[in-house]
Amino acid sequence: MTGGHGDGGTLPALVGVVLVSHSAPVAESVAELARGLAAGGPVAPVAAAGGTAAGGLGTSAERVVAAAREVDRGAGVALIADLGSSVLTVKALLLEDELPPDARLVDAPFVEGAVAALVAASAGAPLAQVAEAAAEAYAYRKV
Amino acid sequence: MRDAEFFRNWMAAAAAVVEREADRLTELDSPIGDADHGSNLLRGFTAVRTALDAEGPAAPGAVLQLAGRTLISTVGGASGPLYGMLLRRTGKELGEAPEVSDEELREALDKGVGAVAQLGGAAPGDKTMLDALLPGVAALATSYRAAADAAQDGALATVPMQARKGRASYLGERSIGHQDPGATSSALLMGALADAAERVEGAR
Repeated sequence: MTGGHGDGGTLPALVGVVLVSHSAPVAESVAELARGLAAGGPVAPVAAAGGTAAGGLGTSAERVVAAAREVDRGAGVALIADLGSSVLTVKALLLEDELPPDARLVDAPFVEGAVAALVAASAGAPLAQVAEAAAEAYAYRKV
Repeated sequence: MRDAEFFRNWMAAAAAVVEREADRLTELDSPIGDADHGSNLLRGFTAVRTALDAEGPAAPGAVLQLAGRTLISTVGGASGPLYGMLLRRTGKELGEAPEVSDEELREALDKGVGAVAQLGGAAPGDKTMLDALLPGVAALATSYRAAADAAQDGALATVPMQARKGRASYLGERSIGHQDPGATSSALLMGALADAAERVEGAR
């Protein structure tokens, strides 16, 4: 391995990760945390889609679509949502084919799932394995 | 037969009633939700009215699909994707026909409500929109007014229910005794449909 970047090179493209939260600071902070913990080599693209367009708490379909396009390198996009309208908005966008092909809502806890997904994606895992890694975060018991 | 104007009238009536009832919807959403249902729907249906005026879709299915898409992108709360799917799926079922029959609308709405159930994963009795939409659509075979009344009764019947979906479900038994805001706005939407139908009757 040469540790090359997925963009435009000969290595396969990396899966992108989108974090959808009711809160813009939560989505951005979790993205920063995941980037920090995934560092050590090339990091897969990750984008935050938090809050409403007006800056309040809620979900903006436009922000979700824009974030998914931003991280799409052709290898698929894993979306992780926090709760309520975040989950429903992603599901509705998927049902309406408004996200890139091979976009998928990943069933995972928000923080732990984001870290697991980005570590896996940065290691070059395909979308199915990225989703699996994120979902496995549910199995980690804290007590 | 119902043309695009009928559906534009329905959406305009929905926007008007949401505007009138926004404060009450937000009040209902305060004890068991996050006190934004009225303002969220007001923003959504105001955007629907603007989008319909700007684009002027010529077929019933196109009117509802545009309305649904607009709700998904502007509401910001869970009701956005839920109402958005209701209208989009109903609009898709109606296809591109310039006019649709009441029977076709009834069948399409039935599919639309099915899409809401699929998206939200709720069942009847969970204290959600479905508790107004399901009895409402079932009564459409009788008349539009009967459907509005059945949806209204369904919304009132959510008071003694314990919430099993969404934020209200975190309250457990403490969600009992409050009318569900989503079921209430669903009854308003069915009421707006009856108003649009009666407006046509009145014009004849």
